[in-house]
Amino acid sequence: MKKLVVMFLALSLSFTALSGCGSKEADETPQDSGTDVSGEGEKETKTQGVDTASGDGAYKIGGIGPLTGPNASYGLSVKQGAQVAVDEINALGGIQLELLFEDDQADGEKAVSAYNTLMDQEVTAILGAVTSDACIAVTEESQVDGILQVTPSGSAQACTQYDNGFRICFTDPLQGKTMADYIKAQGYESVAVIYDNSSDYSNGIKEAFEEQAGAIGLNVATSESFTSGDVDFKTQLTKVKSSGAQCLFLPVYYAEVAYISEQAKTVGLELPYFGCDGWDGVIAQLNGDTTNIEGAVFLTPFVATSEAENVKKFVETYNQSYNAIPDQFAADGYDGVYAIYQAISACNGDVTNENIIANMQNIEVKGLTGDMTFTKEGEPNKSALVATIENGQYVAK
Amino acid sequence: MQYQSKIWVYGGLVLFFLWNRDINKRVNSTKVKELIILIMEVIAQFMNGLNLGSIYALIALGYTMVYGIAKMLNFAHGDIIMVGAYTLSIAMSFLSLPAPVAIFISMAVCALLGIVIERIAYKPLRMSSPLAVLITAIGVSYFLQSVALLIFGSQQRKVESAVNLPSLLIGGVEITGEAMVTLGVTIFIMAALTSFMKYTKTGMAMLAVAEDKGAAQLMGINVNKTISVTFGIGSALAAVAGVLLTSSYGFVGPYTGSMPGIKAFVAAVLGGIGSVPGAMVGGLLLGIIESLSKAYISTELADAIVFGVLILVLLVKPTGLLGKKRIDKV
Repeated sequence: MKKLVVMFLALSLSFTALSGCGSKEADETPQDSGTDVSGEGEKETKTQGVDTASGDGAYKIGGIGPLTGPNASYGLSVKQGAQVAVDEINALGGIQLELLFEDDQADGEKAVSAYNTLMDQEVTAILGAVTSDACIAVTEESQVDGILQVTPSGSAQACTQYDNGFRICFTDPLQGKTMADYIKAQGYESVAVIYDNSSDYSNGIKEAFEEQAGAIGLNVATSESFTSGDVDFKTQLTKVKSSGAQCLFLPVYYAEVAYISEQAKTVGLELPYFGCDGWDGVIAQLNGDTTNIEGAVFLTPFVATSEAENVKKFVETYNQSYNAIPDQFAADGYDGVYAIYQAISACNGDVTNENIIANMQNIEVKGLTGDMTFTKEGEPNKSALVATIENGQYVAK
Repeated sequence: MQYQSKIWVYGGLVLFFLWNRDINKRVNSTKVKELIILIMEVIAQFMNGLNLGSIYALIALGYTMVYGIAKMLNFAHGDIIMVGAYTLSIAMSFLSLPAPVAIFISMAVCALLGIVIERIAYKPLRMSSPLAVLITAIGVSYFLQSVALLIFGSQQRKVESAVNLPSLLIGGVEITGEAMVTLGVTIFIMAALTSFMKYTKTGMAMLAVAEDKGAAQLMGINVNKTISVTFGIGSALAAVAGVLLTSSYGFVGPYTGSMPGIKAFVAAVLGGIGSVPGAMVGGLLLGIIESLSKAYISTELADAIVFGVLILVLLVKPTGLLGKKRIDKV
């Protein structure tokens, strides 16, 4: 009985959300600024003048991500990147968007209440959540409401488990598969892996990597594990050294990359390095001294120093607004807004949840993180960007 | 009949010998090579373990000394290591002081910190239950971590090695300068500490306080001062451990000291807590067991094996390997 009531409430909520889509949204209610710790509130150019003669209201996009707590930088980046996209789109003069962003502190429960807050404000689509665990919690709610949910950076498989869920970033297994192909294509015969056994991220990549390596005949000479917080990698590196591998694949975060590359030198191991998107930030970690990892290649969705026209423009605008160089999360947030925008545009005025979600499979987004289309499962179809480290700089390859 | 069978047996033996020799010849070149590689690897892993173990031993020395004399487990010991490492990093990279001066400053800062912590946090609790002091020590540990987090942030900071020795290459096994210095320093400190306790007035006062605080006071020993000195020396040792730890691993963060601190505590218990040579033996054993089990059994099980060994030793010899039997007065 209770379930029925909940279902009914959820349904009615989604209908109100729908009916809100096409109507005028002229009321500029002051947003909840309690969660806004970044202090850039006044810099945001709010979408004023949505009440134009055409009667076209602004569609609200509900962002969810950590704005406070230890993972705050991820959420702030997504929020700021998304805001740049919203401003750009509004300047075009067609469909108007408005970004509402709620803090979830990367926590599942808080993400769900952030989601409910956004639904109360009648958003058209959800951009988030930024982190995987929070995102999975939100999918359970959003699939009931049937609203489009695009996660910029939730890489766990379950983030897109329902029909309404899509993602911008690569999944963990896809990263592993891509890197196995890449290493093989570089002409290497055997590879060693060092991975973090206590992290889903690292495990997910490593398993897919080994599977793909087996399929394409790339010999995994040894695969050594460690657990988060370990600082001594000499044992694993000594094993790698005697395994005769030609290169070393490290599906780990940048802090461990720093430890491993320092200690590899002390055990006399000099192999080419390959990595994943967790490497983003490794140069800062090493104080810019990249002699040990010179020439390392890693998979990343976005390189701020890229020469691509759209990336240059984005980096410039972002830097002007927030006085910072955008990272991959900002780029993911930017692309997420464009995906939602294009899905709404493709509705040709008949904006319903069903239409938006159906359109996601038809659109092609020319994003900062690559040109992408989306599969029915919600995964992006895009080519992997590969970055290399040269003279203390990330260079797009 | 008998003769014939004998021929068969001899013939068989000769054939077997020839066949065997043939196999040996064929296998020799690759098998022996593999064997040599394996032996080299085992030696290299052993050296890794020795390096890790001597750091554990160095930390355990401080642990065991404070426990042996003040009869309390100073769980903040690991975090004093972290403070020492940060001090070194600041002294070397910001004030650009030479390494020996930076190490000395780091030791002085930590010794002072140890004395202050003892005065503020532990001294008022000297008469209360050991559990209260233990909880306070854990509190101090979290306090130090949080302060470091506030000042330096969660990002790990790169530290230049304070040890400037080239690596030694012995038959394909590379031994880093840091590893040699760490082992040397640990042995030296152990010897110095033992003779300090035995032959100096302060050292003997420490032993007396360890034996019986009340009686020591009656004999005219200033118990408060002695315990302060103990904490000062223990914390200065922690600073040395911090210097060598960051020289070996290159980075310092707010939680740098906590895991080595716990492992060193295990080493101290393994060797017999309160015993200075015990800390040394326990630390080295722990490092070697950890390294070898990581390499040849399982990385995931390495810690389980280390703690399993601890449980086994304590079951057989509750006082630890070199611990003294203590008869508690009832």
